[in-house]
Amino acid sequence: MLEIVSDKSWKLLEKCQIQNEFDIVKARQTVRHFAKETGMGIVDQTRITTAVSELFRNMFMYAGGGDVVIEKGIVEENNTLIITCTDTGPGIDNVELAMTDGYTSGQGMGYGLPGAKRLVDKFEIVSVLNKGTTVRVMKWK
Amino acid sequence: MDFNEKRIPIIKIRDYLIVSIQVDMHDRLALQLQMQILEEISRTGAKGVLIDISTLEMVDSFIGRVLSGMASMASIMDAAVVIVGMQPAVAITLVELGLEMPGVDTALNMELGMEMLEKRLIKA
Repeated sequence: MLEIVSDKSWKLLEKCQIQNEFDIVKARQTVRHFAKETGMGIVDQTRITTAVSELFRNMFMYAGGGDVVIEKGIVEENNTLIITCTDTGPGIDNVELAMTDGYTSGQGMGYGLPGAKRLVDKFEIVSVLNKGTTVRVMKWK
Repeated sequence: MDFNEKRIPIIKIRDYLIVSIQVDMHDRLALQLQMQILEEISRTGAKGVLIDISTLEMVDSFIGRVLSGMASMASIMDAAVVIVGMQPAVAITLVELGLEMPGVDTALNMELGMEMLEKRLIKA
């Protein structure tokens, strides 16, 4: 299984927790703030904010919440905002299926993961059944 | 701070309800607004609803689904919903996300949205 590796040169900007619906709003506003600070234009700010909103909601709905780490660093020579979402929920049985447009296991519309992937520059996911899921998205300026 | 206290005001002018969403809505607030609008349609017999989202900085799949759900529900109650003022960045993101919001009418601003509803009322 592929692992999500962090780079020591990345700088931690903020850590937050998703436990309820208000945390989703707060956390996505924090991400937007840092996207603006990174110098992203309004469209990219909106893309990354929307992408993480999908991920945060997934954590809240399917895993009862989770942790969010916001970092910045240089990735492939780009000034990049890196957001890592980790939960200890049920895990995703079939990641490939979950990444398919229109697939949903629950109340969602099935746009969450594949939609979020389209909105960012880099998307990584690792999920272990009964252990949890980690999703990392990157957006560069 | 108790977020549940926050309510989005719904204003009635003649046959229309006007709603301006000016906060970053959490999921429950979005659902609450959906219910509130349907109740107002039923209470006032409004024929149209204008929802201004010009200050919304993002619409994710949940809010998108609430908005399109609201349009279908209102239509069953014989009221038309027009979403007005979507920011270009929000429109771009919605399409890239894959959300098409079928059945939702949109207009560039409140004035055009109002014209749209008026035309529809004359036709009916």
